Amino acid sequence: MHEMSIVLGIVRIAEDEVKKAKAKKVEVIELIIGNLSGVEKDALDFAWPVAVKETVLEGAKRKVQYIEGEAKCAECDTIFNLNSLYEACPKCNSYFRDILKGKELKVLALEVV
Amino acid sequence: MCTTCGCGSDENGTRVIDLKEEHHHHDHHAHDHSHDHDHSHEHGHHHDHSHDHDHHHHHDHDHQHRVIELERDILHQNDLAAARNRGYFEAKKITAINLVSSPGSGKTSFLERTLSDLKSEIDFQVIEGDQQTLNDAKRIEAIQVPVIQINTGKGCHLDGDMVQKALKKLDPKDGSVLMIENVGNLVCPSMFDLGEELRIVIISTTEGDDKPIKYPDMFHGSQVCVINKIDLLPYVNFDVDRAKQYALQLNPEMIFFELSATTGEGMEQWYEYLKKTIKK
Repeated sequence: MHEMSIVLGIVRIAEDEVKKAKAKKVEVIELIIGNLSGVEKDALDFAWPVAVKETVLEGAKRKVQYIEGEAKCAECDTIFNLNSLYEACPKCNSYFRDILKGKELKVLALEVV
Repeated sequence: MCTTCGCGSDENGTRVIDLKEEHHHHDHHAHDHSHDHDHSHEHGHHHDHSHDHDHHHHHDHDHQHRVIELERDILHQNDLAAARNRGYFEAKKITAINLVSSPGSGKTSFLERTLSDLKSEIDFQVIEGDQQTLNDAKRIEAIQVPVIQINTGKGCHLDGDMVQKALKKLDPKDGSVLMIENVGNLVCPSMFDLGEELRIVIISTTEGDDKPIKYPDMFHGSQVCVINKIDLLPYVNFDVDRAKQYALQLNPEMIFFELSATTGEGMEQWYEYLKKTIKK
């Protein structure tokens, strides 16, 4: 369950930012999670309340933007949706492709008070 | 952090252990645990206090909402630690290899065989990662190769920071080959860069040949795939070609070695490759 480490990473970022802003806590946190980032939504939901307990994120509202995977074929330049890492280019069937979107795992913004 | 001897023991209960110091560890670790308990109790108290405090003071003038635009990578902290490790390896011309697999694929046997066969030619150092026990470190120590055990406690993977702590204890020689045996798990370690030169994923013929597409992240991020236990092929339903095909879907440039760490079959090709990979 690496999602626990992921949430602890988020807590660390939030604690740092709240301190820098001389604020007290986070009201809203916006996250970006790509579908190919390796983070499971359910596991994240499970880890969240435990990891944020007694931190600046306790009680914060969480907004998550999920990003669909997108790749560009290295052989024929086709841009296509990549739902999983083992899919081939739908046009030429090549597995050589560059992932353009879907690997994101970011804290986009914090609303602090 | 354990204050008696300075061994790493984080929020997750990670411990970085040198077998040479192991005896004195054993003596004081029981009271370590009770210390942790005390700490968390105090924490609760402190928090209550500061909450009250805040409410009285800042109700009027500090209640405005502010939005902080960040766009910060969540793995930023780990990536920084990994980058530091990478710089360290670069400076000391150390070739670091991250070994990943599910539990029971023969990672430690593969490592043992490699170390025994090549230790007269190559300076090896080993970092062992497991949730619990010193068993693997003891196996490596028996081959007389320097080893540090990381017990991750509840953690399911090694991260850049843990490796950094282990490196401080290990103090690897310039020009050596550092083998990092990750926690047996094909999911979590895939997200945590350790600063390694090469990630090797090991699967064995006693597993399903569709392992690569079941755990795509791990195979996507590995450069070498070792298929172990090929001596058992006559007895198991494992299609080597199919497994390779699946792995190539995830990394079309994957390099394969089919071998048996038990019988030694196929190890030669791997050794040739390893020797070519070592930083000069």
